[in-house]
Amino acid sequence: METVLAFVIGGLYAAGLYMLMRRSIVKLVIGLALMSQAANLLIFTLGRLIRGRPALIPPDAAALAGPFADPVPQALILTAIVISFGVHAFTIILVKRAYQTVGTDDLDDMRNTDLLA
Amino acid sequence: MDILLILPILIPFLTAVAALLAWDRRPVQRALGVLGTAALLGAGLALLAAVWRDGVRALQVGNWPAPFGITLSADLFSAIMVVLAGLIGLAVAVYSLGSMDPDRERFGYYPLFHFLLMGVCGAFLTGDIFNLYVWFEVMLITSFVLMVLGGERAQLEGGIKYVTLNLMASALFLAAVGIFYGVTGTLNMADAAHRMREVEQPGLVTALALMFLVAFGIKAAVFPLFFWLPASYHTPPVAVSALFSGLLTKVGVYALIRVFTRLFVQDAGYLHAIILVIAGLTMITGVLGAVAQTEVRRLLSFHIVSQIGYLLMGLGLFTPAALAGAVFFMAHVVLAKAALFLVGGIAHRLRGTYNLKKLGGLYRSHPGLAVLFLLPALSLAGLPPLSGFFAKLALVWAGLETGQFAIVAVALGVSLLTLFSMMKIWNEAFWKPLGENDPPPAGGTSPALWLPVAGLAALTVLIGLAAGPLFVLSLRAAEQLLGM
Repeated sequence: METVLAFVIGGLYAAGLYMLMRRSIVKLVIGLALMSQAANLLIFTLGRLIRGRPALIPPDAAALAGPFADPVPQALILTAIVISFGVHAFTIILVKRAYQTVGTDDLDDMRNTDLLA
Repeated sequence: MDILLILPILIPFLTAVAALLAWDRRPVQRALGVLGTAALLGAGLALLAAVWRDGVRALQVGNWPAPFGITLSADLFSAIMVVLAGLIGLAVAVYSLGSMDPDRERFGYYPLFHFLLMGVCGAFLTGDIFNLYVWFEVMLITSFVLMVLGGERAQLEGGIKYVTLNLMASALFLAAVGIFYGVTGTLNMADAAHRMREVEQPGLVTALALMFLVAFGIKAAVFPLFFWLPASYHTPPVAVSALFSGLLTKVGVYALIRVFTRLFVQDAGYLHAIILVIAGLTMITGVLGAVAQTEVRRLLSFHIVSQIGYLLMGLGLFTPAALAGAVFFMAHVVLAKAALFLVGGIAHRLRGTYNLKKLGGLYRSHPGLAVLFLLPALSLAGLPPLSGFFAKLALVWAGLETGQFAIVAVALGVSLLTLFSMMKIWNEAFWKPLGENDPPPAGGTSPALWLPVAGLAALTVLIGLAAGPLFVLSLRAAEQLLGM
């Protein structure tokens, strides 16, 4: 399972970077979303994958025994998903406003701030 | 329960909420802006005094015991940074009273401003690496909105670059935190510092260190990752530019210093050699970029990049004296840089342009402004007896002591070029007579614009005069950073 996920994460990073390097600002947003998903899956995989063993103490025991799924990475991912939701919502609106104001979605035409005055 | 540790986060938070509640009452928001930042400065000073007296303080949030819950901790370096955040916050809040346009104020400038300060102070005070990520995001999203608030074309174009590169850095940082947890099994930085020594794969630790270096490097705008900064920092109103230049990249540097003094010290020689090379290249490219510019804010933006190199030089040399130099330099550059941006804003008020070719005659018409420009400008270049001289002296001295002559030569050469480009602003904006075809003076100014600039300029002189005691403070901060 880890091997499969490793390839999925690598694929997501590759696709995200590819989209980031396109000239269209819409693809830029898609690229950013893919990158953050890849990061989330990476955290999930690095927290060790253990199936069917939630971190719950059984009623007849005082402490957890044996291998159990680590809840910390899941909490981290949950936080990261919420943050990226907000950030991406903002980015989509930003891209829409930029398109309306500049009149193009081509990044190569958005160089005014880089040129010498 | 240590109230001093939580106050620098709580005060901006409560101020922001109060400002949100007073959404339709702009005078209330403006008054809250000044009061809240003044209270933040007071809380920062109280924290600094307490840490100086009793040593490092820590607070377990929610009473969860140390490695499991979130820890807030403050050593002298964090406390100094909180004081600087309070100072810049107060200066910019007062400046905003006279410069911010009603439309931006109506659409939430003040609440965003305080949420940004909350994120910055949170990043300085947390002792938990994932919590650091969360504070970075709080800071980022408010800075995104402040950057494009107003929706001008240049702001949107600059904003896209700023948002994209910073989000990429965040994704990298998040991935690095994930690997960090996978390797050490903890998120608490103090706990991880112990466990990091027991990790059996040194290669993995070095790769992880480089991931943090790239992620924080993008946020701190180091070579070759700084291109978003000069593309975007000059687009928002000058009060926002001053706030960003004073605080945001510095949080990136703060995180770098924190991580590379506490966590990644096993492979120190290798990593710090890389940091030194980056520091030198950052200084050179930043200052050379500035030489070509004729727009005041763009010129100053390139200087932000260049000054980041000096901070990294202190980290790369990695001796107590060098780190003390970096801490001292941080205090100096935060104040001087913000003052220069605010002076640029006043010049824009008086002449209606930021373009050096169109500015002129300011020395004749406003000699006071000329003095207020010269103090931080010469301080930035490193002329005695101003703050920059002692900051650079400490760094250069540390470089000579460790025998790193190349970086010392670069630092001194870049100082000269900094002086050159400050003199360019002086010649073009202040000394040169105003051309006859140029537009007439645009608008008036108010005491709210002059007061913070005068305060910041006075501080650069004061730091220079009180360099001895302040250097003792920086040295103690550096010794705490190195765990001595």
